[in-house]
Amino acid sequence: MAEQPTPTVVVDDVHVVYRVHGAGAGRSTPTAAFSRLVRRQRSPGMREVHAVKGVTLVARKGEAIGLIGSNGSGKSTLLRAIAGLLPPHRGTVYTNGQPSLLGVNAALMNDLTGERNVVLGCLAMGMTPAQVRQHYQQIVDFSGINERGDFISLPMRTYSSGMAARLRFAIAAAKSHDVLLIDEALATGDAAFQRRSERRVRELRRNAGTVFVVNHQTRTIRDMCERTIWLESGVVRMDGPTDEVVGAYEEFARNRG
Amino acid sequence: MGEGVETAATDLPGSASPVEPDRWPPPGPDEPRPAELARRYGLGVSGARPGLGRYLRQVFGRRHFIVAFASSKLAAQYTTARLGQLWQVVTPLVNAAVYFLIFGVLLGTHRGIPNFIAYLCTGVFVFNFTQQAVQSATRSIPGNLSLIRALQFPRACLPLAATVTKLQQFALSLLVLAGIVLLTGEPLTWRWLLVVPSVALLALFNAGLVLIVARLAAKTTDLAQLVPFLTRIWMYGSGVFYAPQVVTRHLPHAVAAVLDANPAYVFISLMRYALMDSVPAGSLPHHVWLAAPLWALAAGVGGFVYFWHAEEEYGRG
Repeated sequence: MAEQPTPTVVVDDVHVVYRVHGAGAGRSTPTAAFSRLVRRQRSPGMREVHAVKGVTLVARKGEAIGLIGSNGSGKSTLLRAIAGLLPPHRGTVYTNGQPSLLGVNAALMNDLTGERNVVLGCLAMGMTPAQVRQHYQQIVDFSGINERGDFISLPMRTYSSGMAARLRFAIAAAKSHDVLLIDEALATGDAAFQRRSERRVRELRRNAGTVFVVNHQTRTIRDMCERTIWLESGVVRMDGPTDEVVGAYEEFARNRG
Repeated sequence: MGEGVETAATDLPGSASPVEPDRWPPPGPDEPRPAELARRYGLGVSGARPGLGRYLRQVFGRRHFIVAFASSKLAAQYTTARLGQLWQVVTPLVNAAVYFLIFGVLLGTHRGIPNFIAYLCTGVFVFNFTQQAVQSATRSIPGNLSLIRALQFPRACLPLAATVTKLQQFALSLLVLAGIVLLTGEPLTWRWLLVVPSVALLALFNAGLVLIVARLAAKTTDLAQLVPFLTRIWMYGSGVFYAPQVVTRHLPHAVAAVLDANPAYVFISLMRYALMDSVPAGSLPHHVWLAAPLWALAAGVGGFVYFWHAEEEYGRG
């Protein structure tokens, strides 16, 4: 076997279990809640979701890895575990430096203006106020929020979902990262924004050690990744060259549909 | 961990065979175990809790984020209200008026207090700072879960920002308080300078308390419903609308000692002494100059360490 590049992400038998409050099952009257308390039972409104069931993988420097699978197969959860945002229930994730997750679900503060959200997001990622000033215009231009009038000074709750997603992605993409995790971020926005963001991801990937991409459009995965991992019900079903894995996945999806 | 986690663990596949049968490429016979590979290349555990010193530096590095987050929360609070930011001044005033009506006029708890209005307002405003901070602490982790799951930053930033928001509000209500105190006939003296160290110690104490409550509330979401009652009981024991030394005159010494040691009463007394000439040094709780910094340090350091201890757990919800 030839000398392989340095590993940047090692996922060792990771299980992720998370708790969901308010899952609507069981009687939800005060007396029922009291009797559960007395009998020391768990609230039926709280359910455990075993989203990732023992995933093991090694990612190396310079790799771009696609993650595919049906809805709810644990792709996003796995990315969050790699990013260290959801602690694994069992197993360990080892990484080189701090991975960054670019997700469209990164909720910002809806009552605040887009402007304030840009500043807060950048500061939370660890930028200094000077760096924020330096990147600010670039982020606004990239998001395209101001293309049709001055929307950046309006509260984010007035944005359309596409606009909010674009702004969130623009904020997250403003920084270069060692290990980059991209969760569906390319699927939002109009065609022009998608072209801009794919270009930006390629740039980021040149600087990053390793890139993970979650996307439902297999075309994007084929364009960007040489290796693909197929997750199904929280288990790795296949891990290999993109053509093989995506082919098998598409076959599977056709048969099921 | 609760029992539910253990029951979930029973249906996990055995850890002896972590590699899936159809994994590609199949693992070579001499391929090292993942943990060994990670160690060989010096990879760190993702999302692991840093050492206390490093954590402190990380939090300090995000100080701009903490302040910006706090001011934004404050600005966002009244955006949908007609009177807007005016509520920041109106709320404490209405609060003081209600307590004056109940305790000053109806119940007459002003025995032995020369300037009851200023005495009451100082108590209400100072206690309100602690009460509001603790209340917002219960939401600082559950209310920001999406932010926690999206970006990696030291989580202590969130409860600290909540404290800073309440400190900013408190600073505003202090201006109102200064007006009330002067209007009720207290002179402006050099003692007013004591306000600065008193507020600093109080803020440190509250920050520690907020960190503790934030960690507890992150695990037990029911705490948010309970905290209003706990803080109300605490308020009744903190000499907000009565003078403890008058009330406890005929009670056992132990009761007086407990009331004297109550940190909320310690800080309220300090502020009263600083602002009001009619409050003599003799009426202060015993050892107040020692108790205030001790409470502040104990809560501040203890709270930070306690919060840090569960740092990697905050994403789970």
